[in-house]
Amino acid sequence: MPFGLLKYGLSSEYPAEHHFTPATELKKHYDVVIIGAGGHGTGIAYHLAKYHGITNVAVLEKNYLGSGNTARNTAVIRSNYLTEEGVTFYRESVKLWQDLSNEFNYNVMMENRGQLTLAHSDAAIRSFRWRAEVNQHLGVRSELIDRQQIAELVPNLNMSEDSRFPIMAGLWHADGATARHDAVAWGYAKGACERGVELHQLTEVQDIEITQGRVTAVKTNRGRVECGCVVQAVAGASSVVAKMAGIKLPIHSYPLQAMVTQPYKPILTPHVSSPHVHVYVHQTSRGEFVIGGGSDPYPLYNTRATLDQRESLSAAALELFPFLAQARMLRQWAGTTDMTPDYSPIMGLSPVDNYYLDAGWGTWGFKATPICGKTMAELVATKKVPEIIKPFELERFYRFEQINEAGATAASH
Amino acid sequence: MKLLTCPLNGPRNISEFTYGGEYHPTPDHQLVTPREWAEHVFFHDNAAGVVIEWWCHTASSYWFLAERNTISDQVIRTFPADEIFNQRVEFNQPASSGESN
Repeated sequence: MPFGLLKYGLSSEYPAEHHFTPATELKKHYDVVIIGAGGHGTGIAYHLAKYHGITNVAVLEKNYLGSGNTARNTAVIRSNYLTEEGVTFYRESVKLWQDLSNEFNYNVMMENRGQLTLAHSDAAIRSFRWRAEVNQHLGVRSELIDRQQIAELVPNLNMSEDSRFPIMAGLWHADGATARHDAVAWGYAKGACERGVELHQLTEVQDIEITQGRVTAVKTNRGRVECGCVVQAVAGASSVVAKMAGIKLPIHSYPLQAMVTQPYKPILTPHVSSPHVHVYVHQTSRGEFVIGGGSDPYPLYNTRATLDQRESLSAAALELFPFLAQARMLRQWAGTTDMTPDYSPIMGLSPVDNYYLDAGWGTWGFKATPICGKTMAELVATKKVPEIIKPFELERFYRFEQINEAGATAASH
Repeated sequence: MKLLTCPLNGPRNISEFTYGGEYHPTPDHQLVTPREWAEHVFFHDNAAGVVIEWWCHTASSYWFLAERNTISDQVIRTFPADEIFNQRVEFNQPASSGESN
């Protein structure tokens, strides 16, 4: 390894590592067709190939690998949710994150920085206490901390008692982390393609053929493909794709906007979020401040950036970190979030026999990527719904058994 | 600033309005099954394209309907709810239930 690195350094060409070979021709039939090549889609393909020996798999992507919400999220990893089902699910995901770079031998730049959520009201402190208790009971590191502890943890945070919403306490989540989002899709795609999975980019699914309650084929802009089963993993287009299979979902799609500053020297270690002033801020390993959490006030299938959100995100970020007033904004963008009524995902079986849902990923999809790849692959391979994702099935809405995580968002969307 | 034309108050900044969800005909709560009711409450078309939806001018609490393109974000038209709701709605027991009102 050191010699390889030395050789690379001395080479005048800097040869690029060959990650994977995208497939060229679509075959007539695949055992599994996965719609969407983001972290989730490629993760499912990777687990099918590596752990279940199912390699006649096509991942169909209308754009390019990782071009959707995998590239548009703000890369927050945490498990400090409120319900037992939610905490257990995200806790297992965080565990998988810890070893992900080794898992597929590709560096996702996982950094355990911790996550701090701020309380600006008595009501928020009560809910943080509740979350901390639930989290600790389930083996997740969360604790309520006071103003002094906050000031020690984040010395440059505005702790003034004269601000509009003074900080009263915090929920400190030591398991909080961040990782390089693109690398997750690249790592999974590399590992899947090495094992025979076919990745077809610029291949848009335009229709889904259903015969007697079963999917038989998908129609794409490059021709018709027969398939044994279909998994949809298209965050931001869940309703549109599910509709092709005749499935209606409890989702409204809203743009969520974020922005990033120029790179600066490292001065902020943890991820800091405030549901009250509607913003979260962290500094990337490259030095940029990511400022996120600006949900548009009405649904839209459009990833435009608006001045309204720039103003409100900036105002909120400045309230927490006044020194950012001098920072220059580099870019602003949006991702489409498929919001469910209970702020939990929709995973597992659908009304169509061999059509599996990995949908409703709202603002919580990135952190769940590894556990989704693992559990959805297990479902496809064994036809049995893994216990850990059973609570998230679509049927819960018909039984009025929602898993309410609306109180555990990073910036109350 | 994005404008929305309120049928009552004229063009106003969109930040004065609250989005109120998709317009769906409400099923008769006396006749639907719990499953159909759950679908009415939770499930949405969430269509990409032209949709009809509820909006409220928050300052005057005036509810109305809008036709909007959810891809281009263009509001095609706004109109008062009585364009659709022009008949009296009875919430009494249906005659078929056999109970006198």
